[in-house]
Amino acid sequence: MSFISYLINGISLGSVYAIIALGYTMVYGIAKMLNFAHGDVIMIGGYVVFLASSSMGMSPLLAVLLSVVVCTVLGVTIERIAYKPLREAPSLAVLITAIGVSYLLQNVALLLFGANPKSFTSVIPVPALTLANGALTITGETIVTIISGIVIMICLTTFIKKTKAGQAMLAVSEDKGAAQLMGINVNGTIALTFAIGSALAAIAGVLLCSSYPTLNPYTGSMPGIKAFVAAVFGGIGSIPGAMIGGILLGIIEILSKAYISSQLSDAIVFSVLIIVLLVKPTGIMGKKINEKV
Amino acid sequence: MKKYSKLLSLLLAGALVVGSFAGCGGSDSSSDSSASKADSSSESGAADGEVFKIGGIGPTTGAAAIYGQAVKNAMELAVKEINEAGGINGYQIEMNYQDDEHDAEKSVNAYNTLKDWGMQALLGTVTSTPCIAVSTEAANDNMFLLTPSGSAVDCVAPENAFRVCFSDPNQGMASAQYIGENGLAEKVAVIYDSSDVYSSGIYEKFAEEAGNQPFEVVSAEAFTADNNKDFSTQLQKAKDAGADLVFLPIYYTEAALILGQADKMGYDTKFFGCDGLDGILTVENFDTALAEGVMLLTPFAADAEDEATQNFVSTYKENYGDIPNQFAADAYDGMYAIKAAFEDQDITPDMEASDICEAAKAGMTEITIQGLTGGEDGISWSADGEPNKSPKAVVIADGAYTAM
Repeated sequence: MSFISYLINGISLGSVYAIIALGYTMVYGIAKMLNFAHGDVIMIGGYVVFLASSSMGMSPLLAVLLSVVVCTVLGVTIERIAYKPLREAPSLAVLITAIGVSYLLQNVALLLFGANPKSFTSVIPVPALTLANGALTITGETIVTIISGIVIMICLTTFIKKTKAGQAMLAVSEDKGAAQLMGINVNGTIALTFAIGSALAAIAGVLLCSSYPTLNPYTGSMPGIKAFVAAVFGGIGSIPGAMIGGILLGIIEILSKAYISSQLSDAIVFSVLIIVLLVKPTGIMGKKINEKV
Repeated sequence: MKKYSKLLSLLLAGALVVGSFAGCGGSDSSSDSSASKADSSSESGAADGEVFKIGGIGPTTGAAAIYGQAVKNAMELAVKEINEAGGINGYQIEMNYQDDEHDAEKSVNAYNTLKDWGMQALLGTVTSTPCIAVSTEAANDNMFLLTPSGSAVDCVAPENAFRVCFSDPNQGMASAQYIGENGLAEKVAVIYDSSDVYSSGIYEKFAEEAGNQPFEVVSAEAFTADNNKDFSTQLQKAKDAGADLVFLPIYYTEAALILGQADKMGYDTKFFGCDGLDGILTVENFDTALAEGVMLLTPFAADAEDEATQNFVSTYKENYGDIPNQFAADAYDGMYAIKAAFEDQDITPDMEASDICEAAKAGMTEITIQGLTGGEDGISWSADGEPNKSPKAVVIADGAYTAM
């Protein structure tokens, strides 16, 4: 019985990683850049919901919508100011800029909101599910996180496959130059990618803070890194891969805490990552792209 | 003519060289004289308006800001009171408090900034890891250091360092004894932060002392600073082991999460913590009902009825708007301990920092102060820097700390 309850805990932690990883993998898949500031956009999203619902008394749904809007604007602004001028620069320069943006957001949050942790009230009204006479509980947050993860995954896949804008994204991800020659607005497409990625960050922020209800300026950074690992694990760029990678990572983390060592769980998680990448360098669901000569 | 010109240029060059040397010497001597002028002006100031320069270091931003801010506030309060009452040995105190963000490197930088400012004694630093770094630096300079709350053993390893709070092993030992002697539990689980010197220090001594106590440690689970969001596994293990008390030698940020997650999984148990839990009630928007019944070992309870505590709490609240925690009380006592030690040895501000340190070291072992955290017998110090005082336990009832 305790194994099942560990498994449920693992899925619930993993679903949070998965939802963050979706944003990572989306931006990487299209713009081919690692947006390390993603975790910090999540933190900002969390603060917006916190302030809107607890200080301004907005209803949770309205607060979440506001947070989505704020994060989208923030994401597009970051892209315009920090990443767009570096479009032709080597990818290392963009990577360093992303790390810089991440620190900038953390420190701005530190200035605006202070360092004291805030306790986040869950905005998810779904009651917990109890099974087997109360021996197992699945929290409402977990249920909502998994469902939203799956819904987002399906929506994103359909969007990319079926819409014009989605096809444009696919084209940009394959070859920016050729896409431009075909009349695709590359900058606009990348901006749209960031808008979607940041809106996902806002949703991830709400779900992260509802599941683990403390909020401080560093809230997003470690889950962000773990989610990045999950995205690589699942095959970066692949949307279903992010979902699977996230949930597997959560399960591995919890099970190694439970049965091996609570201290070494991170070490074990990263060792598994190394082994997976040694065997399958593109990750679980990653596509192998053949270089044409 | 050519010959002369050569001679002339030689002369000119020689004059230049000499001139430049003279220039150097001149600037040297002028800087010397300005330095000595500064010295003499400060010496002449001894007669009128000479002050003690006492520095403070602690995190006023970052994750541990609540501690550094409390220490800063209480230090300001104590300095103001002492100055209004005539200062130390008739000299006023000037304080300068620097932020270290709970980071060892930044703390050493802050220490150097304070040294440049002319610090003569340090009340700091607030948190353990930076304190170890700074106390080593301070030992090299022979600067007197009194940490209000640096509880790791190594914080006061050098001879010049003293502390107001209990050491980590001391807290671990006292917690185990308290739980045992009061029969609080038979089976105890521990959740601690293995990446933090404070938390693991308490845990090690607790586990050692538990062997002598009538309870059993049934599970001891760690987490690290990088993995401090999900505690469901640690709690599940404690629950499965049948623990009727969970010992949390950790800080309140993680403790707030643990209390919430225990509540969610329907794990109803007792929680017992150390001074790191102090502050949990001030977390914005925290549901204090979750902390109901949590016990913690801390030398200070804001609701104590003695006059000194009442006065301190009301003035603090008036000036800074919230109820002081144990860190504030430690800092307040620390400032008065410096005063007592300085007065015991007739220290004056015109002494070198190193001489002040030698005298204050001797003074610390002579004095006993009542203080806010002293309990009935007051606080005295041994030469190794450790305080002697009796611990108190408080329990959270109706959203406030209440003496047990």
